Amino acid sequence: MLVKQISVFLENKEGRVAQVTQILSDSKINIRALSIADTTEFGILRLIVDKPEKAEEALKEEGFTVSITEVIAISIEDAPGGLAKALELLHENKISVEYIYAFISKTSHRANVILRVESCERAIESLETGGFLVLTANEVYDQ
Amino acid sequence: MTIWNPKYECMNEDEKRELQGIRLHETVEHVYKNVDFYRKKMDSMGILPGDIKSIDNLKDLPFTYKTDLREHYPYGLFAVPMKDVVRIHASSGTTGKRTVVGYTREDLDVWAEVCARTVSACGATKDDILQNAYGYGLFTGGLGIHYGGEKIGMSVIPISGGNTRRQLELMQDFQSTVISCTPSYALYLAEVIEESGIDRSKIKLKAGIFGAEPWSEQMRNDIERRLGVLAIDIYGLSEIIGPGVSQECPKKCGLHINDDHFVPEIIDPDTERVLDYGEKGEIVFTTITKKALPLLRYRTRDISRLDNTPCACGRTSYRMEKVTGRTDDMLIIRGVNVFPTQIESVLLELGETAPHYQLIVTKAGTMDALEVQVEMTDSLFSDEVKKIEDLEKKLKFNIESTLAISAKVTLVEPKTIARSEGKAQRVIDNRNL
Repeated sequence: MLVKQISVFLENKEGRVAQVTQILSDSKINIRALSIADTTEFGILRLIVDKPEKAEEALKEEGFTVSITEVIAISIEDAPGGLAKALELLHENKISVEYIYAFISKTSHRANVILRVESCERAIESLETGGFLVLTANEVYDQ
Repeated sequence: MTIWNPKYECMNEDEKRELQGIRLHETVEHVYKNVDFYRKKMDSMGILPGDIKSIDNLKDLPFTYKTDLREHYPYGLFAVPMKDVVRIHASSGTTGKRTVVGYTREDLDVWAEVCARTVSACGATKDDILQNAYGYGLFTGGLGIHYGGEKIGMSVIPISGGNTRRQLELMQDFQSTVISCTPSYALYLAEVIEESGIDRSKIKLKAGIFGAEPWSEQMRNDIERRLGVLAIDIYGLSEIIGPGVSQECPKKCGLHINDDHFVPEIIDPDTERVLDYGEKGEIVFTTITKKALPLLRYRTRDISRLDNTPCACGRTSYRMEKVTGRTDDMLIIRGVNVFPTQIESVLLELGETAPHYQLIVTKAGTMDALEVQVEMTDSLFSDEVKKIEDLEKKLKFNIESTLAISAKVTLVEPKTIARSEGKAQRVIDNRNL
C-alpha cells in the first residue's frame, strides 16, 4: 500500500534542482510527482518516481543526502470538494497531516494526492473505511 | 613620554642578563622544592637547581604546557601553601577544565607593577582618568589593569565591560582620558558615538589600551581616527600573570616585554629548538619572580618574533612582534578563545561520527561574527522542515552554550566544505587580521 517518497536535502543555491533532475534523467528515472519545501537557508525536494531505490542510489552516488519516507497516495475525484472530504475524515480521526501535494493521473482523469501522516496504517484504515481509494505503490509508480 | 620604571625598563644587556640569571635560579629552586611536577620532570632530565647558573641555562629546563595546568587542576602546580595565596583567577574553561592561576600578595604587587608600566606606556600619568572597560571577575583583564592604574595614581573607573550607554555617559560626565577595552569594543564605541551625534568636544579621551584579542594595523588606524586616541596594543595571558606581560610604547614598533619578570624565548614549535632574534616561531615565557604559580618555559602557542635592540623610546626591554597567529587552531572571537574541537564535541553528541563542519569568522561591522557550517548527513536528514529546523536550533543552542558566544548555524549539502588531503578545512578566518 505504502508509496516510497524520495527526499533530497538542498541548499538554497542556483541549479540544485536542475542537477537532481539531470541525475534522474541520466538514470532513466521518471518523476511522477514532486514538491519542494523551502526555508531561507535550505530546501527539501520530495519526489515520487517510478524506481525509488534506483533514484536513491543514483543521487547518493552523486553526493546528495537522500532519505526514503513512506507516504500514502489516494485517488480522489477531480472536482470541488474532493480533497476536503478526505482531509475532514483524517481530522475527525485525529490523524495529523505533515504535508500534502497532488498530481493528476494521466489515465483516470482523477487527482492523486500524496499524504505524509504520522501513522500510515491508521490513515489508510480510516480512508478505506470512509470509501476512499488508496492507491498501491505500483499504481502510483507505473500508471 | 613616561617610562614608569626606568631602572628596570632601561637596563643594559649585562645587568639584565645577570638579574634574569639570579631570578631564574631562585625560581628553579623554588619549584624544585615545592612543585612535584617540576621536581619529577627535572629529575627525569637529570637537572638540579644548582645547574642553573645563568640565563643561558634556560634552554635546559623543561617546557610547561596548558595541558599540565589542566591535569593538575585546580592547585597542583601551585608552589606555595593556600594560606599564602590571596587571589585566584581562572579561564572560562570552555575547552575543558578551567585553567586556574593563583597569586600571593607579592605576586599581586608584581602584577600591579607590570600593569603600571603597561598603562604608563600610552602616556598616562596620575593626572589621568582611566575608564577600565575590561571585564572584572575571574578574567584577569579588569583587575590587572585596575591595579596598574591605581599604582600610577590615576583615577580609575571600574566600569567593567558592556553597557555601552553607561560607558558613553560616564566617558563624558567623568571626563575619562584613557580607556582600556578590547579593540573591537573600542570600534563599537566609536560607531555608537558617531551615530548618536554626541558632541565630540565632551569626549576627553586621548589614549586607549587595547588587547585580549588579535587586531590589525587597519583596525588601529580606524580606532585612532574615529575615537581620536593613541591606540596601544597590550599582551598578556593569565598563566603568565594576566595583562602586563608586554605592551607597546607610542613608537608602536613591537611590544615591550617586562623581561625582568617574564623571560621570553622563541622556539620552533615542532622541533622545540630555540630560534634566534628576528626568527618567527612560538613565543615561550618563563616567570622569574612569581611565587604562587611559577611556570618554566610556558608554551603560549602564540606566534611572534623577538627584537633585542633598544627602542627609540629609551626602553631596552626585548620587544615581541604583535602576535600574528597560533601554532594550534585556536581562534579568538570577540575576546573568547574558540577551538574547532569544541564544535566537534557538540556534533559528536548527535551520533557516532561527527559530520564535517567549518567555522567561518567574519567582521560584521566592527564585531566578529561566527558561522558554523555543518554538512547534512543521512542520519540527520528528515523529510520534514520542522525537524531540520529543530536540529539547527539545537545545534545553535549547544554550540553557543559551549563556546559562550553567539553563532549562526547553517546546514549545507554533503561535500560542500572544501577538503585538502581528505581532511575538511576547519576554519576560514575572513577578518583580515
